[in-house]
Amino acid sequence: MILETLSWLCLVLGGLLGVIGGIGMHRFPDFYTRLHAIGITDTLCAALFLIGLAFQAGLTIASFKLFLIFAFIFFTSPTASHLLANAAMLGGLKPVLSDDDVANSEQLDKP
Amino acid sequence: MAVIVKHNLILRVVAKFIIPLIFLFALYVQFHGDFGPGGGFQAGVIFSAAIILYALVFGADKAKRVITPYVLRLLASLGVLIYAGTGVATIVLGGNFLEYGVLASSQVAGQHLGILVIELGVGITVMSVMLIIFFAFAERGQAVLSSNAESEQE
Repeated sequence: MILETLSWLCLVLGGLLGVIGGIGMHRFPDFYTRLHAIGITDTLCAALFLIGLAFQAGLTIASFKLFLIFAFIFFTSPTASHLLANAAMLGGLKPVLSDDDVANSEQLDKP
Repeated sequence: MAVIVKHNLILRVVAKFIIPLIFLFALYVQFHGDFGPGGGFQAGVIFSAAIILYALVFGADKAKRVITPYVLRLLASLGVLIYAGTGVATIVLGGNFLEYGVLASSQVAGQHLGILVIELGVGITVMSVMLIIFFAFAERGQAVLSSNAESEQE
């Protein structure tokens, strides 16, 4: 019963983080803030999902595999975010810095 | 160029750490293929993905020193040879082409052995052909770059 509760708590929290990241990626003004929103929530979202599933599986080979997937995502997802930001920086994309810039910025994709 | 090398330090460290694990996972997919999801094709693609990641991070020239195009061509044909050779071996042992049952003393053991050897051949061929395609595209880019540089000098 406790395991079920913990598992569902983790799964719901993970889903909530995923939705928050999605809203952030949709609503934020420029590339860097979007990457910030999705890059931070993404790793913890996947981690909470995997922990929730591991609670369901118990101490079996399945939860060991889930732990391995967690380890891979824990290392590769921040690396991918870092590389995206790095490539944008090297490519010369300037971050939007204040409200005044937002009005003139070319990086804003207007509807 | 120096700027790029300076900026991908994190990628280099993570790639060095993750590439052996990708190899290990490819071998797991290869030899677990008859009990779970996986098999020769998937394992070959994962194996080549590890080497392609190495080539992307450290440069195609260094990756070619790890596994030379000559060896790749040999491996590509070796995989096909293993596949067809198993088929011919089953004919020699008195079955049909690729009838694995005759490979070992019992029917089930023969099936297991046959599918493992076949998948090994598929994996080796897929791995080397993927890398040959990747290196062909990489060389094409370099040729375009060098011809651009030459035309700029003129």
